[in-house]
Amino acid sequence: MKVLVAVKRVVDYNVKVRVKADNSGVDLANVKMSMNPFCEIAVEEAVRLKEKGVATEIIVVSIGPTTAQEQLRTALALGADRAILVESAEDLTSLAVAKLLKAVMDKEQPQLVILGKQAIDSDNNQTGQMLAALTGYGQGTFASKVEVAGDKVAVTREVDGGAQTVSLSLPAIITTDLRLNEPRYASLPNIMKAKKKPLEVLTPEALGVSTASTNKTLKVEAPAARSAGIKVKSVAELVEKLKNEAKVI
Amino acid sequence: MTILVIAEHDGKVLAPATLNTVAAAAKIGGDIHVLVAGQGIGAIAEAAAKIAGVAKVLVADNAAYAHQLPENVAPLVAELGAGYSHILAAATSNGKNILPRVAAQLDVDQISEIVSVESADTFKRPIYAGNAIATVQSTAPIKVITVRATGFDPVAADGGSASVEAVGAVHDAGTSSFVGEELAKSDRPELTAAKIVVSGGRGMQNGDNFKHLYALADKLGAAVGASRAAVDAGFVPNDMQVGQTGKIVAPQLYIAVGISGAIQHLAGMKDSKVIVAINKDEEAPIFQVADYGLVADLFEAVPELEKLV
Repeated sequence: MKVLVAVKRVVDYNVKVRVKADNSGVDLANVKMSMNPFCEIAVEEAVRLKEKGVATEIIVVSIGPTTAQEQLRTALALGADRAILVESAEDLTSLAVAKLLKAVMDKEQPQLVILGKQAIDSDNNQTGQMLAALTGYGQGTFASKVEVAGDKVAVTREVDGGAQTVSLSLPAIITTDLRLNEPRYASLPNIMKAKKKPLEVLTPEALGVSTASTNKTLKVEAPAARSAGIKVKSVAELVEKLKNEAKVI
Repeated sequence: MTILVIAEHDGKVLAPATLNTVAAAAKIGGDIHVLVAGQGIGAIAEAAAKIAGVAKVLVADNAAYAHQLPENVAPLVAELGAGYSHILAAATSNGKNILPRVAAQLDVDQISEIVSVESADTFKRPIYAGNAIATVQSTAPIKVITVRATGFDPVAADGGSASVEAVGAVHDAGTSSFVGEELAKSDRPELTAAKIVVSGGRGMQNGDNFKHLYALADKLGAAVGASRAAVDAGFVPNDMQVGQTGKIVAPQLYIAVGISGAIQHLAGMKDSKVIVAINKDEEAPIFQVADYGLVADLFEAVPELEKLV
């Protein structure tokens, strides 16, 4: 079974981002970039499916700038077989990304597509669901467990009250939650080997996909700062402040 | 303008997040209709009809919509939604699961987790784990939006008298089926709706020690939450996680116990009215957002706090 994994290059999750002075966006110049943490989990799950003999080939795809090749190489070092970059310098919306992924799916015909549940930059949590809508396939979002059996996949999903299990017909779309697995680290020999694995570069034009958007970001601001608090010396003082000053208990 | 709000429910009762979503719809302005999709949902539809400000309730009661599988519900919402100016759902696991599928079917971009309505087409939403707030304008003919419940004060659950109308349309994609669910049991208030939240982190050391937080929470009528570290360590189940990847809360009082305050955790609670931090590490980042900080061993401070409140 062929598995397609989508990965996104995002600002590293440890970086405290700063809003640009002109409110046009977040300052990403000279900031450390990494693979989105949920995408790492998606790659790991695909590699585990291959190790179990369920997956035969793992194709990793990213849509973004030329530099996203770094994240694709990382995925190759983790165990993906080949990579596709759909190169686009613009900031694309989830719908545009879903349309591009659909075009890649039409070419590659994977049985399973695994994405992260959300990217930690835009925090949208949309692409997987949109891809499922465009292809008409079933969706297993926020997956904490994935079991492929025959032409079905059972997905245990993290929902607000606990966990829910659904069964989907293959092909299907899965988005990963943090609990699904613990991603491995790439070893140095694998990083070296990954440099020789194939990486194909496409463009939205070549795929015949329009990336026009109905959303426009007017401005980006820093959130309202909380005013500095105080340190209390004892539990008694804390209770007194909560009762008489903050009046919340 | 007519706005369609997707009712949030668990198959038995209407969830409070629906009231916050209706509040966001009221800010946009226009007639508000509520769609209740599921199976055996008469009581939920009745509750929806009583919500203040709702003009009409659409009820799609069919076995295909049981458990609200997105493969079946999204086509229904897309079909009904074609006649509306806005489609809104709460940014819960259900709303997040279904609405992007609706947006793609309608070929429009979605706006996720809005925290304020600037005008009928312009909204504010947090990005980068809440470290920036984006103002986004939609030119889509139908605006598809999820609403962060904590960004809007709920409308009254009664006082309305909407007409109730059955929807006959049945969509059964046949690509998915419900297998089972395992829900965490809790007698305490729901985390996202609680006025007070007491959360524990890695500093709790083990799951058994959470009993100190439960005791304090019961005294305060509070919900108990956790940081990702506490969930990953297996101290408590995952649905207690507060943060970027868990639940977003904004209670009157948030008490963080043994939580360092990573940005992913802050993303889930920094809109709380009053934040209290109890941590023995006085350098912990949580103290930068806490209104009241107490540098102390939590195993001494929490039982003492429980006695004094």
